[in-house]
Amino acid sequence: MINAKKIRRITFQTFGYFILGVTAIFCVYPALWVLMSSFRPGDSLYGETLIPTAFTLIHYEELFVKYPFIQWYGNTLKISILSMMIGTMLVLMTGYVLSMFRFKGRKNLMSTLLVLGLFPGFMSMIAIYVLLNQMNLLNTHAAVIIVSAAGAPLFFLYSKSYFDTIPRSLIEAARIDGAGHLGIFFGIVMPLSKPLLVFAVLMNFTGPFTDFIFSKLVLRTSEKKTLAVGLYDMMTDKTKSQFTMFAAGCVLIAVPITLLFLFLQRYLIEGLTSGAEKG
Amino acid sequence: MRQLSIEKRLQHDMRQHSKKSAILSILIMGLGQLHNRQYGKGFLFLGLYSIGLYLALAKLPRAIWGLVTMGETETQLIKVGKLYKQVTGDHSIYLLVEGLITVFLMIVMVCMYLLNVKDAYRCGKLLEKGVRLNTFVQTLKYVADYRFPHLAISIPMLGILFFTVMPIVFMILLAFTNFTKSNMPPANLVDWNGLGAFRDIFRLQAWSHTFYGVTLWTFIWAFFATCTCFFGGFAIALLVQHKDIRYKKLWRTIFILPYAIPMFVSTLILRNVFNGQFGPVNQYLSLMGISKIPWLSDPAWAKVTIILVNLLLGFPVIMVMIIGILSTIPGDMYEAADMDGANGFQKLRLITFPVVMHAMTPLVIMQFVGNMNNFNIIYLLTGGNPVNGDYRFAGHTDILITWLYKLSMDQGQYNFASVIGIFIFIILAAFAVWNVRRTKAFKEEDAF
Repeated sequence: MINAKKIRRITFQTFGYFILGVTAIFCVYPALWVLMSSFRPGDSLYGETLIPTAFTLIHYEELFVKYPFIQWYGNTLKISILSMMIGTMLVLMTGYVLSMFRFKGRKNLMSTLLVLGLFPGFMSMIAIYVLLNQMNLLNTHAAVIIVSAAGAPLFFLYSKSYFDTIPRSLIEAARIDGAGHLGIFFGIVMPLSKPLLVFAVLMNFTGPFTDFIFSKLVLRTSEKKTLAVGLYDMMTDKTKSQFTMFAAGCVLIAVPITLLFLFLQRYLIEGLTSGAEKG
Repeated sequence: MRQLSIEKRLQHDMRQHSKKSAILSILIMGLGQLHNRQYGKGFLFLGLYSIGLYLALAKLPRAIWGLVTMGETETQLIKVGKLYKQVTGDHSIYLLVEGLITVFLMIVMVCMYLLNVKDAYRCGKLLEKGVRLNTFVQTLKYVADYRFPHLAISIPMLGILFFTVMPIVFMILLAFTNFTKSNMPPANLVDWNGLGAFRDIFRLQAWSHTFYGVTLWTFIWAFFATCTCFFGGFAIALLVQHKDIRYKKLWRTIFILPYAIPMFVSTLILRNVFNGQFGPVNQYLSLMGISKIPWLSDPAWAKVTIILVNLLLGFPVIMVMIIGILSTIPGDMYEAADMDGANGFQKLRLITFPVVMHAMTPLVIMQFVGNMNNFNIIYLLTGGNPVNGDYRFAGHTDILITWLYKLSMDQGQYNFASVIGIFIFIILAAFAVWNVRRTKAFKEEDAF
């Protein structure tokens, strides 16, 4: 009896570890392959072995010599950090108001925002392009920052459902004590919403960091480009296809974001599931 | 006696006060407030009024003219002396967008105007009752206190109005024009074309064939992409959380990796991994003695590859969510089931599955909607290729959204692109509203 149970457990474990292992290989392989390719001499896609026979850092060097890579990095950081700050503020505010207050037309507003959020941004790019042209903002970073921050409140739902879990009595008590709304928001609600804050910051940072469609339309000159645009152009530029250098670029872009995600895993999980638990 | 009559007259005056204020504020924004002796507010409204007046007089006529006619003079060569000189005509598209911007600004102004009349009337009424009106500072305080939600939400909403709603309205309007690359402004004028583009898409064989084909693939793709990710993520989540599996945290971290790497980077990487000639996958296959598979260049294989790649990139999110839900299921439910002699499969079917499904259904529907619109993966992985000769400007793996992109950005068929945009929008909006309206976050929120 006990033996049979043990055998079953062991077969389950072998089977389970096997599946997990295979999945893990699939998950890790692309990243590993690009990392290894970036160290491989030559510039072709094809490599005899996964781990190159000789290591070189020349592709990283080339990246900085042939392209204004440091400048691209600076541009990207500037755009992402600024639009992250504005966007986070706006999305948290929207979520907070929609969660805590009741006013006329609130539900309709929420449905409208949700539907608008489904609209892929570039569908309306021609109009935004003309609008930015009117505001003399073409080929400026301000354009990308404004547009991505202005779009952030469309994704208010996760912040709203987080604020829904904060006890109303807390806020009412503070109101009775004479605290203003902004005081409550920053003094009481925000300290209680650290996971949400981290999640919102992460989302609003990585969005502009990795967006290439809109940035490509607006940022025309090389010194204004962001990493994503530069990398995409590098990849699709048929005249000088240097796969290994592209791989090096991938590594430099992906590493910070990936580390950020892995370190902030806990908040990520909480943020993603906050919508789910509510059902 | 005399005093009494003065008071009476005063009362009579006061009775008229609200009406007078309202009428004054209808005539000129802010006058009513000044009449109510609320100077701060009054001058604020007066300032707005001058902006509004400027807009209405200087900009609105041209905006309406632009919207109605989309420009009247073409770019043409005019003979000046012996030379022909090119004179730029009206730029229809700029006129359209500028017209829209002005109209939207006017809408904001009209809202302010209504607010102003309402406020003048209300304050006048209060004066009649003999209530002391708020000073400007008090008003500001009142607004910050009791109108906080309106105030706080108006800033994000203004952004949305101009950077989301206005462009969408513009796009919808484009569907009713004849705006294509062949009559690109400013060289040519664009004109209203009624339902012409809609008619062409549904009637012309080449267009309708593409339209139905692409729509069908969009739904097939969204269905398989969602299902594979959901069940893949579910299975992995169950395995990782199983009590006999160790190193849970390590596994979780590994599996989050595809999600953590920026999507556009990993898709571009996978495009190279599946490269038919030099990609490592085919390299390993040929090492194993299997002939090379045209992962991205054969229509059927390309579709399979896209779904596989999406599974790899998409399952981590589902896994993370389901792990979160699994941890909320109380352990004693399983203990009770054990007491009753349930086996593992029964526990899965009767406890785990219903709980997960209950929480995940809305998210899965949203994933389905998101996948229908999953531009990035298709555009970056195959670019919609391989090309389909029977289709109009679309490849075998193009979904509606990538077709739309090609139509507008590569082919310059803006009006057709807009028709498809409207079509996508209707489908998505129907799904989303139906889904959201039935979720708890909407329905039961006032329960506390």
